[in-house]
Amino acid sequence: MKYLDEFRNPELARRLFAELHAITTRPWAIMEVCGGQTHSIIRNGIDQLLPPQIELIHGPGCPVCVTPLELIDKALAIAARPEVIFCSFGDMLRVPGSGRDLFRVKSEGGDVRIVYSPLDAVRLAQANPTREVVFFGIGFETTAPANAMAVYQAKQLGLRNFSMLVSHVLVPPAIAAIMESPDNRVQAFLAAGHVCSVMGTWAYEPLVARYRVPIVVTGFEPLDVLEGIRRTVVQLEHGEARLDNAYARAVRPEGNVTAQRMLADVFEVTDRGWRGIGVIPQSGWRLSASYRDFDAEVRFAVQDIHTQESTLCHSGEVLRGLLKPNQCPAFGRECTPRTPLGATMVSSEGACAAYYQYGRFVQLEESDVTRI
Amino acid sequence: MCLGIPGQVKEIYELNGVRMGKVDFAGITKEVCLAYVPEIGVGDYTIVHVGFAITQLDEASAQESLRLFEEMGVLQEELADEVS
Ligand code: SF4
Repeated sequence: MKYLDEFRNPELARRLFAELHAITTRPWAIMEVCGGQTHSIIRNGIDQLLPPQIELIHGPGCPVCVTPLELIDKALAIAARPEVIFCSFGDMLRVPGSGRDLFRVKSEGGDVRIVYSPLDAVRLAQANPTREVVFFGIGFETTAPANAMAVYQAKQLGLRNFSMLVSHVLVPPAIAAIMESPDNRVQAFLAAGHVCSVMGTWAYEPLVARYRVPIVVTGFEPLDVLEGIRRTVVQLEHGEARLDNAYARAVRPEGNVTAQRMLADVFEVTDRGWRGIGVIPQSGWRLSASYRDFDAEVRFAVQDIHTQESTLCHSGEVLRGLLKPNQCPAFGRECTPRTPLGATMVSSEGACAAYYQYGRFVQLEESDVTRI
Repeated sequence: MCLGIPGQVKEIYELNGVRMGKVDFAGITKEVCLAYVPEIGVGDYTIVHVGFAITQLDEASAQESLRLFEEMGVLQEELADEVS
């Protein structure tokens, strides 16, 4: 595939690694915000081939992982209702709520369906006028335009039986929260490329200025990730803090203006709880006033939800970069992808799942790391 | 689930008043919503996420990145060769 294979070329990767080894003189802690990048880093063993001074801290950028427990429990309550067809992206089905997950609800008779696109849920609502179709609208800025279009279409079509359970989260406020936290160790960020494809890069300028922290917009293929790290290290080594775009083939500074216009119509900014982290002010979107009729939380008035997080799970520390997944005592023992205790073990972009899938059961000693 | 996959636009049409199209992902063709990439044409490359094209891939930038990587590390290798 054009523009996929080229950015996985091992010979070019070797050169980028060599360059990184040549320019790194001091220890640096860099956070990749996006779970897709975490997955790429662990799958390709990038963290093990980097100069030993560079530590990659895995960030909170997996929407499945940070969707608050309370919202999962609301989803479970709505999905269990007999009149409801509950539609979700596949990753959400195994996310543990307080007692069970969506798979359990399905096996107990709930009509839970996996859809590829939110527009599939709109079509289901058209085809099933006597049922209530609810879509679980989670995601970062990347997914928001798709979810916004689904609600917009439902309104255009006058569908009364479609609604969305919205839990959208935003990257810039999360970066601010990480920089503000007293135990922060992050010195630079790889920003999530596809989030910036939608939103552009302008929202990161104030963060670079306020925290004097380099932010480099980075793609997902191995060469993209390496180039993002290289540009970050160049800045750190020179004591600079700039916003840089290492993913120009997919990211324009202004972003996707057409999508942003739709987002401004359908959503409005709100405070959001992040699973494992807590409430971050102004860090998410909910449906705007003109689309409130399509809000599943309002339509189904799911109240009296009492949440109970597993006491064994350390995903909050993992999501804040304070703990590597294999440092969690439950990792690979009580907690596996088949029996996940926390959301970070469920989604393929969750740090715990990535570590499990690629066999990172022990922390490598420095001497074990393959040198190039 | 945030994955965006590059593909090539093969066909563009309207469905219920929305701009849609067929996008080829290395041999697999899928229906994709093109409403957010009004400037895109048949033959162009795009990144698709949950059934939506979110951005057009800029071929010139892609080539430029690859050229930069080609040049990378060459100097160190030459130096290393001289030493060994
Ligand atoms: S390994 Fe499991 S229990 Fe431990 S932090 Fe990750 S998800 Fe939670």
